[in-house]
This record gives sequence, C-alpha cells and structure tokens, in this order.
Amino acid sequence: MNVALQVLSMSLEVVDINGLATIQDSGRIGWRRFGVPSSGPMDAFAFHAAKKLAGNASNCAAIEIGLGDITLRAKRDCVIAVAGVGYNLSIYVWDFPLWSSYYVRAGWTIRLTKLDSGMWAYIAISGGVQTQPILDSVSTNLRGHFGGLDGRPLQAGDVLRSGTPSRSLNELAARTLPESALPSYSDNPVVDFIMGPQGNYFADESIATFMSQEYTVSNTSDRIGYRLEGAALKHRRKAELISEGMTMGAIQIPSNGQPIVMMADSPTTGGYPKIGTVASADLLFLAQCVPGKSKIRFQETTVAKAQRKYRELMNGLDRIVESD
Amino acid sequence: MKPGVVPLGDSAVLVQLGDEIDLTVNHRVHTLANLITTSAITGIIETVPAYATLLVHYDALILSFTQIKNILREKLTQIQENESRQPRRIEVPVRYGEELGPDLESVASNCGLRVEDVIRIHSEKIYTVYMMGFTPGYPYMGKLDDALSMPRLETPRTRVPAGTVAIAGSQTGIYSIESPGGWNLIGWTPLKLFDPNSDSPFLFAPGDEVKFIAEE
Repeated sequence: MNVALQVLSMSLEVVDINGLATIQDSGRIGWRRFGVPSSGPMDAFAFHAAKKLAGNASNCAAIEIGLGDITLRAKRDCVIAVAGVGYNLSIYVWDFPLWSSYYVRAGWTIRLTKLDSGMWAYIAISGGVQTQPILDSVSTNLRGHFGGLDGRPLQAGDVLRSGTPSRSLNELAARTLPESALPSYSDNPVVDFIMGPQGNYFADESIATFMSQEYTVSNTSDRIGYRLEGAALKHRRKAELISEGMTMGAIQIPSNGQPIVMMADSPTTGGYPKIGTVASADLLFLAQCVPGKSKIRFQETTVAKAQRKYRELMNGLDRIVESD
Repeated sequence: MKPGVVPLGDSAVLVQLGDEIDLTVNHRVHTLANLITTSAITGIIETVPAYATLLVHYDALILSFTQIKNILREKLTQIQENESRQPRRIEVPVRYGEELGPDLESVASNCGLRVEDVIRIHSEKIYTVYMMGFTPGYPYMGKLDDALSMPRLETPRTRVPAGTVAIAGSQTGIYSIESPGGWNLIGWTPLKLFDPNSDSPFLFAPGDEVKFIAEE
C-alpha cells in the first residue's frame, strides 16, 4: 500500500483518554479449543447497533470504551455512530443522543464523557476500524497482548484507520435506532440465567438463595469476569471439578461461595462448578452494571425462552430508521 | 457414566462423556470433536474438548437446543462404532533442570528418586494432549507416571517464562506464554508453542501425542 493511501485512510486520532478503550470486532471465533478466548464486545447488542448504524458489515470493528472518558479527532470527513449506556456524546460543539449516526467533518472532536450509570459504549466509524487481523479477528486480547492495536488499550496519540464506507456519508448519517428497539437497561437489573450443568453441586437452600438474593457487582469486575458479592453459596461436596469448556455468561462458584460471571476475555476452560449461565439476551444488562454500585438479582429461564428473547432482541436491530 | 448432552446457557451445549481424567474417555472426546468438525453442520460454530467433555458452541439464531441435542446424540452413537484415531506425534526437546527447571531437584527428593530418574520417567512416556486452555496454546497432557505425582505449589510463581515444562498431579504441561504458574517447573523447551503472527500459530492441538526428548 503506498504512502498516500495510508495517509488517506487515517480517520480517527485519540486525543485524550482516561478510560479503557480497545478495538473489538464481534469476537475471535474458531480458536477456543486452543485456549484463545473469544474477546469481543462486553455489550454485544450495543456493539452491533453502532456497527449497523454506521452502515458496516458483519465483521467490522469498533472502539469499545468503558470506565472513563475518551476524546477523538476526525482526520477526515466520516460518519460515526455511538451506542451504549452511561455516556454523554458531544461532537464539535453540540451534544447528541446515543444510538444514532452522525456526520463528522475533518478536524472536529468527538467526546464521550462517562456518566454515573452504565459502563460501556461503542464508537463505530463508516468503513469500520481497520487493523491487522490476528487469528481471523481484530478483537483485542489484552492478556495475550495480541489483536486490536498491538494487543493493548488505546492511548493518546494513536491514529486509527478506517475502510471504505458502504454508502455515501450523507446516506449513512442521521440514522437512529428507536427507543422501542432498545432493551430496558437498568442500574439494578434482573438477569435471566439457565440452570446447570453443576446445579447438583449445590444444596437446595443454596440454589434458593442464589435465585432470591441481591448481589452487588464488585468493583474488581473487569473484561475477564464480573465478581458478585452477597451471601456465600455452599457446595454440597467438592468445590472443584475437572476442567471443562466455558462460555461468556457462565457463573462459576469457587470455594468462597461468591459467584463470578465469565465475561468477554474469560479463559476458555475452568474447573469450578457452574450453577448456571446468563442468557445471551441478558448479558448486556450485567455488562452495563456499575462496579461497586449495581445490585442484580437472578431469575431462572429455559433455553427455549432465552433463545426466543435473544432472537427478538437481535431482530430489533433491523428497526433502524433511515435519515430523511 | 452415561453420556449426557446438557445446555451451558442458550448458545452452547456440554457433551459429558465421563467425570474423571481418563485417557480412553479423552480419546472418545477427540473422536467426537473430529466427527462434528468433518460433518460441517450449519449452525455449529466450534467445539472445545476438555478431559471428559466436549463443549459445542452453536448459533442460537440458527439451531434450537432440541435440534443441537438431537444432532449430538446421533453423533455419539457414531463414535461407539468408529474409535480409530491417527493422532499427530510431536517431539519436544527439553533442557531439564538448570535455571528454568528450578523445581527438578525438589521433585526428585519429594518422590524419593534421583534427578536422572525423574528425567528418564518424564521423557520415556508418550503423552496425549487432553485439552488446551488457561492461556493460548497451553497443553494439558497425561498421563504422568504416578512416581512423579506432585501437588501444585502452595504459592504460585508470578512469572513463568514461555517454554517452561512443568508437572502437577497426573499431568504435565508447557507454559505457552509468560504467565503466572502454580505447577512444578522441571525444564524448558526452545520450541514456540504460540505465535499469533504465524500461519500455524499453535504447536499443539487437542488429541496430539507428545514425546519429550532430553537434550544433553
């Protein structure tokens, strides 16, 4: 690629950051049997919403920002879309709502300021964030230091490239996902889960406790796992089993009886009993909790109900309202 | 134990073939994994073998739990009839002891053996890669001879270099990237277990056979 092309595709400069920002696509799939976590977005719905609003194809990447603020500067005219919870968006001199796409002129700044609620937001750019794929994905693997931008969080001075927009910028701007398509995010959500596979490792009273009491999302929670604090669950017998595969949302109960929910960067296998797994449609509620503050309650659901809920949720992405 | 297919949430199912670390059961896990991969079933995303289970990730927008359960139950009947395997054999040169194998001597004394015996016993067997996990490219291998059975360290080390060969319980492993580690470190291999930029990023795959070769 010649130098001129390289310069033209430079689109977003990180001016300032005090949160955790990483490049994520929909996830690193196909390598989990080798011990490679899927990484990808903490709130998959918001990620896909931002991506679709910017007119991007399925495997396009965006910036995930959490825990703090980020300021970007557009290096050329583009369309950006922002979706998530707990952020204020301002472009140039104006404030704008999330869950929409916006025309941004070269030189304008885009600022996301963290509010008291929520946790993660996604900034998609027309053409997608472009970087070197590693193991078929550009998602950042922070622990392994690969993927995304050199396997690390974004920092001031980074310049990100984007690809060719799918349509003209005028057609991509001013699109919105109506509120009716959004899930009901809450600071203190009820989270659906599917029981098992080691439900039988716990006494009936423990299972009843798990389903009735409030858990606080610990402030030690991160992209690897969300730790929950509350009444300890008691194991009927051993607190360990031989390792088996895990998935995002799996709820492990180690020997101290405090649940840990596996999140995007969690290891692919684990040896603690799992009381259940968070429903895919409800992972976003947990992900958008405020560590140290939010309280959650678990509610049992069936696989069939959970799949239906997930289908309805993702179908909601089709309700994007085009610009006039 | 009767094989079971249970949900792990709404987008994965766990096929349970046993509840102990057992080579025969583990071989069956790999046979099933290969069978599913070669069948290329729409909606199945990938499989993750472990000691006695196979986790199957699937797309809940394409397959219902009932559908995937039926597919997997059918595959389970097929593995009973067809259990032949042709695993790859990988040789791993090891420098036993020295700086990167600091626990070799304590393993020897704890097991009532000479250092040479530990090396001989560790390197004479052919191991199966039961599964991979913990870090990208990390192989859990067995079955380690009972004579070398050692518990994990009480206090894990905060940094173990990539390539370090280790043992714990009935298993042996090799640290694939620098990471914390709680196993007993007995040697080091110059082989690279994980290179994200390579066309073949992983030295090992689940189900491989491994032979350690002591370097002089």
